[in-house]
Amino acid sequence: MSLENRVSEIIVNKLGVKPEEVKPEADFQTDLGADSLDLVELMMDFEDSFGLKITDEEASELRTVGDVIGFLEKKDLEA
Amino acid sequence: MVNKRIVLTGMGAFTPIGKTVFECWDSAVAGRSGIRRITLLDPSPFSSKIAGEVKDYDPSEYLDRRLVRRTDRFTQLAIIAAREAYGQSGLADSGMDPTRLGTIIGSGIGGIETLERDHRTALERGPDRISPFFCPMMISNMACGRVAIDLNAKGINYATVTACASSGHAIATAVDAIRLGHADAIIAGGTEAPITMMGLGGFCAMKALSTRNDDPQTASRPFDKDRDGFVIAEGAAMVVLEDYEHARERGADIMAEVSACGMTCDAHHITAPAEGAEGCARSMMLAVERAGRTLEDVDYINAHGTSTRLNDPSETEAIKTALGETMAYGIPVSSTKSVTGHLLGAAGAMELIFTALAIKEGIVPPTATLQEPDEECDLDYVQGEAREADLQFALSNSLGFGGHNVTIAVSRV
Repeated sequence: MSLENRVSEIIVNKLGVKPEEVKPEADFQTDLGADSLDLVELMMDFEDSFGLKITDEEASELRTVGDVIGFLEKKDLEA
Repeated sequence: MVNKRIVLTGMGAFTPIGKTVFECWDSAVAGRSGIRRITLLDPSPFSSKIAGEVKDYDPSEYLDRRLVRRTDRFTQLAIIAAREAYGQSGLADSGMDPTRLGTIIGSGIGGIETLERDHRTALERGPDRISPFFCPMMISNMACGRVAIDLNAKGINYATVTACASSGHAIATAVDAIRLGHADAIIAGGTEAPITMMGLGGFCAMKALSTRNDDPQTASRPFDKDRDGFVIAEGAAMVVLEDYEHARERGADIMAEVSACGMTCDAHHITAPAEGAEGCARSMMLAVERAGRTLEDVDYINAHGTSTRLNDPSETEAIKTALGETMAYGIPVSSTKSVTGHLLGAAGAMELIFTALAIKEGIVPPTATLQEPDEECDLDYVQGEAREADLQFALSNSLGFGGHNVTIAVSRV
């Protein structure tokens, strides 16, 4: 499964949104209805699924689906 | 202000004996037990392997998927029962001012399933894996927080936590809150989802639970000589309490009047009732006095009647102390825990509903499982079968670990 699809699946499961809503430009809070607690949990799920740590500073920059995909791609390159 | 009359205009229940108030009442009157072998966890390591579970409960039938994931079971049950009560009241269609609608919901424990799950996660994977939803899912006030969001109830809102008297206190304090002018209507009741390793194991450790595992449906046997403990159960029960004038003006269907409540404490022992059951007796006498009635007026008592060795004779003695022996022998006293099991924090609200329906329908629900009364339990417990009776005024008792006693007095309208 592609990175995009894995990210999308986690978001769909966690936030209960439809797969077609999970576009790269979708903002977790304003478009996908996440609150601050949802975001914490979402970051924990990304950490668990991709086996990495996301610091609070990094997490605060991850506002959209595209931000997360870009971040994970970069982490993958670093690794 | 303090002379305001408070009435019941809505009821909801989601319990082992039914998923609506109608189903619960029908089961209570018919004496149909909701007690079965436990399915929510493997009961084999526990001395008590039976419980009252809500049958075939699938939260997604009632709540959207996201809400299901963000709520402990005790909150889910509360939302479902509160929706029924509020729907039945008709308040939503009557232009109810949300700021005048309150919510007071008790739970003896709160989100113990969530507590256990996240505690296990923390032990296995470290404290940084604790869910950010752990605290808001576990805390025992979240049922009333969530119900308020669900029904847009912006008035007075808090939780009561007094073990098995929790929803008795929720209702009693809701009555007072309406009398004091804090709200025109309050959704009040209780909820509990205790069938977990720690909930079940904790009560097993106290030797409080029945071990009649080979005969679940008669295991909760209040006042019986062979009773051997209570049967743990889950569920929620809610009522809508309303200022009588508010209800009358909007043409509401009024089911009964909650006349007054008595609240006392034994100040004696953490779990055992006081000598002579004086705390429970005082709460009954206070409820009658505050209702402006006399003890002769009491037509029926829905007992706390848990089926434990200590409670049943003690409550029997309290009834005799409160009413005097002659009157105590002359009225029906029944325990609907015989079929529901012990709903803990939801018990008081469920039993208030049964008491109100007994008055409204003219039917006394039985102590369905009572076979041979204990020598020390010699009142008329409405053994086995329901009975028709013209009831004008009745009491419902709720007693909790901690020595808490609540009696709610209900009148025909």
